[in-house]
Amino acid sequence: MYYFGKNMRKILYIIIESIIFFCGILSIIFVILIFGFLFKESFVFLKNYNIVKFLFGRFWYPTLETALFGILPFICGSVLVSVGACIIAVPIGIMTALFISEVASKNIRNILKSLIELMAAIPSIVIGFIGMATIVPIVKNVFSIPTGLTAFTGSLMLAFMAIPTIVTISEDAIHSVPWQYREGALALGATKWQMMKIVILKIAMPGIMGAIMLGIGRVVGETMAVIMITGNAAHIPTSIFDPVRTLTATIATEMGETVKGGIHYKSLFAIGFVLFIITFIVNFIADIFLKKNKNL
Amino acid sequence: MLKIKANNFNLYYNDFHVLKNINIDIEEKKITAIIGPSGCGKSSFLKSINRINDIVEYMRVNGEIIISGQNIYDKRVDVNSVRKNVGMVFQRPNLFPISIYENISFGLKINKIANNKSTIMAIVEESLSSVMLLHDVKDKLYKSALLLTLEQQQRLCIARVLAINPQIILFDEPCSSLDNVATKKIEELIMKLREKYTVVLVTHNMQQAARISNDTAVMICGRIIEFASTEQIFTCPSKKETESYVTGRFMI
Ligand SMILES: Nc1ncnc2c1ncn2[C@@H]1O[C@H](COP(=O)(O)OP(=O)(O)O)[C@@H](O)[C@H]1O
Ligand SMILES: [Mg+2]
Repeated sequence: MYYFGKNMRKILYIIIESIIFFCGILSIIFVILIFGFLFKESFVFLKNYNIVKFLFGRFWYPTLETALFGILPFICGSVLVSVGACIIAVPIGIMTALFISEVASKNIRNILKSLIELMAAIPSIVIGFIGMATIVPIVKNVFSIPTGLTAFTGSLMLAFMAIPTIVTISEDAIHSVPWQYREGALALGATKWQMMKIVILKIAMPGIMGAIMLGIGRVVGETMAVIMITGNAAHIPTSIFDPVRTLTATIATEMGETVKGGIHYKSLFAIGFVLFIITFIVNFIADIFLKKNKNL
Repeated sequence: MLKIKANNFNLYYNDFHVLKNINIDIEEKKITAIIGPSGCGKSSFLKSINRINDIVEYMRVNGEIIISGQNIYDKRVDVNSVRKNVGMVFQRPNLFPISIYENISFGLKINKIANNKSTIMAIVEESLSSVMLLHDVKDKLYKSALLLTLEQQQRLCIARVLAINPQIILFDEPCSSLDNVATKKIEELIMKLREKYTVVLVTHNMQQAARISNDTAVMICGRIIEFASTEQIFTCPSKKETESYVTGRFMI
């Protein structure tokens, strides 16, 4: 009886272990498969279409007889919207994180933290939808421009989506600055504000940079909201009040209209590949910063 | 001359009554040691003298601490200037993870003591040399302060305080993370500081108090049970508890 139980347990152990192992391997396989698929399709496309013309071409006419697949307008669109979003989200995010961890009383801190979590949980389609109903007309009227569907409007909404990421992760970084540094700074006669500005921000900076990078990652990959509010115009923008189209929006809106396996179809995979590279780099940088923060 | 005077000073963390009716007169330009078993409230008292304890949200005090004739718990007092005037060196070196130079210039900038580079540099060098550290670090002023040994770090902590020119310096067990040799050296440095500063030294090391202090206060369970010249405390204490504590027979 005793030996039987022991063996059973051993077998159970082996089974559980292999299931866990299998799941771990599975997720790695998925990533590799996705990457492989993306790579294969884009590779075929780039064999047929010059990569320089693809990346720096100014015209996107995928359905013409001599089709043009220049994605420069989308790269510009994505960059413009993302940079705009960062300019808005980064200061607000960092200030909020500082406020939450250094200034707010316990109650306010808890309320704010749950609000931020709630904000992160809003589906992007809802943000796009609310933006369309509220921000778009406001932008149109305030700046008296022909349409409120602009890069600027997109930036505003994306900032809204990046803020929770930036706040949560910066707050972690700020909160983990050891107590002794605060005490040390204050004991030298620093005001709370000087302590935050010179000591806390400096020490937490790697973590904050990581937070910003993850925020950017979220913004660059965002699709639904930008389709709804950036205007989807495939031309190179000249100002932030121009309608633009992003890399993501192009894939999402055109995938349904392509012939599976055709060159247009494959070009969208190539865009996906570009996007993948961008977010990969951004996340990679974020990782470096966050690791640096841990080693403190 | 009288420098620090506590008048019926009480301190509470929430409902926990830590310091009970502290009355003490600390003399100028002397080293006053506060000894007592750990957990008796020595650090809490020390942190009340520069009001760094204010950052504990649930801390309350009543009574007075008077420095140079001014009650520092008076509502009109600017807490930052109290802290500038009363420097503090902590149990473990708490340098910022920035360069040696910046660790000192931080205090100069925030207290608006110096703005231009050459004045700052002069003060940095002067304060480093008063803690006998300049020779060791003059080639690596812009390197991280955390690369120094613990003893050097503690010296730099002292230099950082000297740079802003306080009148009082509080030491909270400054040698507890150091070995014997380093302890001796820091003790020598503290003795030298007596010429210019009023020093309050908390220690649970009685030999240390005996070696370097002029006056000694014995604190047990949040009360100062005896305060007299160090010689008297260690040779003919008037209270029985003091005697049993300094001879090592006191147990809590
Ligand atoms: N921030 C704090 N919050 C609550 N209790 C504290 C705090 N700091 C110290 N205490 C308590 O107050 C008592 C005195 O502590 P402390 O002043 O650090 O004593 P000592 O320095 O003599 O060891 C201890 O019982 C300690 O647990
Ligand atoms: Mg202590």
